[in-house]
Amino acid sequence: MAEKKEARIGVFICHCGTNIAGSIDIKALQEYAKTLPNVVVADEYQYMCSTPGQGKIVDAIAESKLTGVVVAACSPRLHEPTFRMASKVGGLNPFRFEMANIREQNSWVHMHDREGATAKAKDSVRIAVAKASLLEDLFPKSVPVEKAALVVGAGVAGIQASLDLANAGIPTYLIEKSPTIGGRMSQLDKTFPTLDCSQCILTPKMVDVGRNENIILKTYTEVEKVEGYIGNFDITLRKKARGVLTPDEAAERGYVGGGCNGCGDCAGVCPVIKGNEFEFAMAPRKAIYIYHPQVVPNIYTVDFESCIKCGLCVDICGDKKAIDLEMEDTFETVKVGTAILATGYDLFPIEKKAEWGYNRYENVITGLEFERLICASGPTGGHLVRPSDGQTPMKVGFVLCAGSRDNTGVGKPYCSRFCCMYSLKHAHQIHEKIPGARVYLFYMDIRSFGKMYEEFYYRIQDEGAKFIRGRVSNILEDATTKNLHVFTEDTLLQRPINLELDLVVLASAVQPVAEEDTIRKLFGVSKSQDGWMLEAHPKLNPCGTTTAGVFLAGVCQGPKDIPDTVAQAEGAASAASIPIHTGKVELEPYFAQCMDEKCAGCGMCVNLCPYGALALVEKNGRKVMEVTEAKCKGCGTCGGFCPGGAIHMQHFTTPQIVAQIDAFLLGGEQ
Amino acid sequence: MAEEWKPKILAIICNWCSYAGADLAGGARIQYPPDIRAIRVMCTGRIDPLFIMKAFQDGADGVLISGCHFGDCHYLEGNFKAAKRMFLIKSVLKNIGLDDRRIRMTFVSASEGAKWAGVVNDVVKTVTELGPSPLKEFEK
Repeated sequence: MAEKKEARIGVFICHCGTNIAGSIDIKALQEYAKTLPNVVVADEYQYMCSTPGQGKIVDAIAESKLTGVVVAACSPRLHEPTFRMASKVGGLNPFRFEMANIREQNSWVHMHDREGATAKAKDSVRIAVAKASLLEDLFPKSVPVEKAALVVGAGVAGIQASLDLANAGIPTYLIEKSPTIGGRMSQLDKTFPTLDCSQCILTPKMVDVGRNENIILKTYTEVEKVEGYIGNFDITLRKKARGVLTPDEAAERGYVGGGCNGCGDCAGVCPVIKGNEFEFAMAPRKAIYIYHPQVVPNIYTVDFESCIKCGLCVDICGDKKAIDLEMEDTFETVKVGTAILATGYDLFPIEKKAEWGYNRYENVITGLEFERLICASGPTGGHLVRPSDGQTPMKVGFVLCAGSRDNTGVGKPYCSRFCCMYSLKHAHQIHEKIPGARVYLFYMDIRSFGKMYEEFYYRIQDEGAKFIRGRVSNILEDATTKNLHVFTEDTLLQRPINLELDLVVLASAVQPVAEEDTIRKLFGVSKSQDGWMLEAHPKLNPCGTTTAGVFLAGVCQGPKDIPDTVAQAEGAASAASIPIHTGKVELEPYFAQCMDEKCAGCGMCVNLCPYGALALVEKNGRKVMEVTEAKCKGCGTCGGFCPGGAIHMQHFTTPQIVAQIDAFLLGGEQ
Repeated sequence: MAEEWKPKILAIICNWCSYAGADLAGGARIQYPPDIRAIRVMCTGRIDPLFIMKAFQDGADGVLISGCHFGDCHYLEGNFKAAKRMFLIKSVLKNIGLDDRRIRMTFVSASEGAKWAGVVNDVVKTVTELGPSPLKEFEK
């Protein structure tokens, strides 16, 4: 703030090929820029972001002794870092750079109004020059990064990300809301197109998680509160009351050698019977339960909503003293440098598509229920049967795009991406297990886009599955046989179809888990229009988010199959490990500063700050506000309200913003 | 003066939601009228009511403030604070004889490019119907 050099601004206008030059008169804009106050250079180039383009900026800074650089090009959200770097290379403080967005918010949205677009571009450049004339040298604050990471969700994405982080030497907290890790993949029988058994490839990873010294596994735990910023997140976890002590927890209470060993005697005596959620209530569990024998950790859980506290389990557990029916939720705070969200998906409630009768007809099931029915460890031991009578179905129909690609307002407009392939796999499994069975797939398009997927599709065709292109309009149940009449049109043959089938499987759409909104808001992550979490950039930063230090893995970012999920998890783990291995991060220096001479010490700002970064302190005998820079995130809410104008919001100062407003409204041709 | 009057509308929009949403409208090439000039701030909470008053004093015909949806603010609650200030600004505008439809606050997320275009269309239409700001003639 001290030095008051006369502002010397260079303006650089990008054609972006014809992206900008197609709608804006670059020559006119350049000539106009030359007439603006403080502008000493106005240049243009085909692609400012290219090496020669950036070279022009670097050279001009030295030749014309620039104090500020304005690039009129794309959005600062895309190339501000690029041009800041170019300014730095030229010897200028990178925060003396300002961008005029004449592409995303001009040439691309006014493609057929060259005159209007050019006038707008002139104003944008004038506004940017006004700001650039007042920009100051700023210095990013370097903060140390906590050597630990958090992964939320222990499906295959969370498991893979945790293993990668842990193997890179980073202590990793793996948080899972349910009592066991494994997620959706642990419910699957086989995986397409290789037909690997899902359990056989997942359970070893689950065991690795349990064994890895760097993974601190916390099941039946949810994220309660998130504080801090990249490098220094303080995450408060709610450990839900499990009612059962692990051997470690038992030892802490002084019962050495006690705690749950997974023997299951408690479940044997428990009198309460509930539907097992893992089996979609097609199998029973007790009020004290594990979902299936392969759970990690192998610790029972009490369902306190169903438990009648009879105490039979406590008695039979005996000396192990593993069961505590009075247990309550506990909280703990962990400190991590980065976090990965991998919260996965739920099925779209397909009963909303009432015409297919899910929940009304016993023999209409979802794809995930089919997985459990065909799985050797499932409720039927892998014998596919009809829910209504336990008979083997000989004619099975699959409704694809069930709730996906649905623009009626009931379902989801997006493609759920893995339903085509798992339905093909289901068709194969039926042919394999039930000789003579007939399989019908009702489809819109078969989307078999992955490696070896198309080949798999051909194989299923060769096996004899019937593909009928048409959406199922209605399903009716025969009240006595419980058979299903499926109505559709074969749009290739242009013939209406009425088929009587034994079993119908709906390849339901997927949607974000119910908790996704809560979790993404805790971490400050936006959502896409379709409800999934929003990545920082769909192509160039698919794992990052707008919150520095928070990354996404798996389906929570959008539907994807297992190979894509695992690949993204590895990408997220790699991205999350970079700040931790670098050991420090630079924070953008958009901190609030108090101008003590203007501060009246009223303290309004202190209450406005959502981060508790401001406090009133005694200075020279009177109260003034003081900013804790490490806590300040630069929103400027304090600066927006200070009655005395005493808050200097770096890079968004009041004089800068007023100069922008004046430049727009007073600076141009009146 | 051009033969057809065009309003001067200032938009002050937040970096994380509305600016990103406006960028998305660009990416999707959703066309809207060019009668709006946007200034980017990190959060709508930064917007001092005096900025808006200054804009009207300078002769703006309309001002648009746009931030994140409630609960989606990158800084937790800056948009709530901005929204509360809107009531103050609207009452002041009414008291000095300006139609309070000249100031609007909207909530456009980073994924709502089409909504941004709709908002701009509507603001431009409203302000055009209201005509030039009476403060302009008052000034000179």
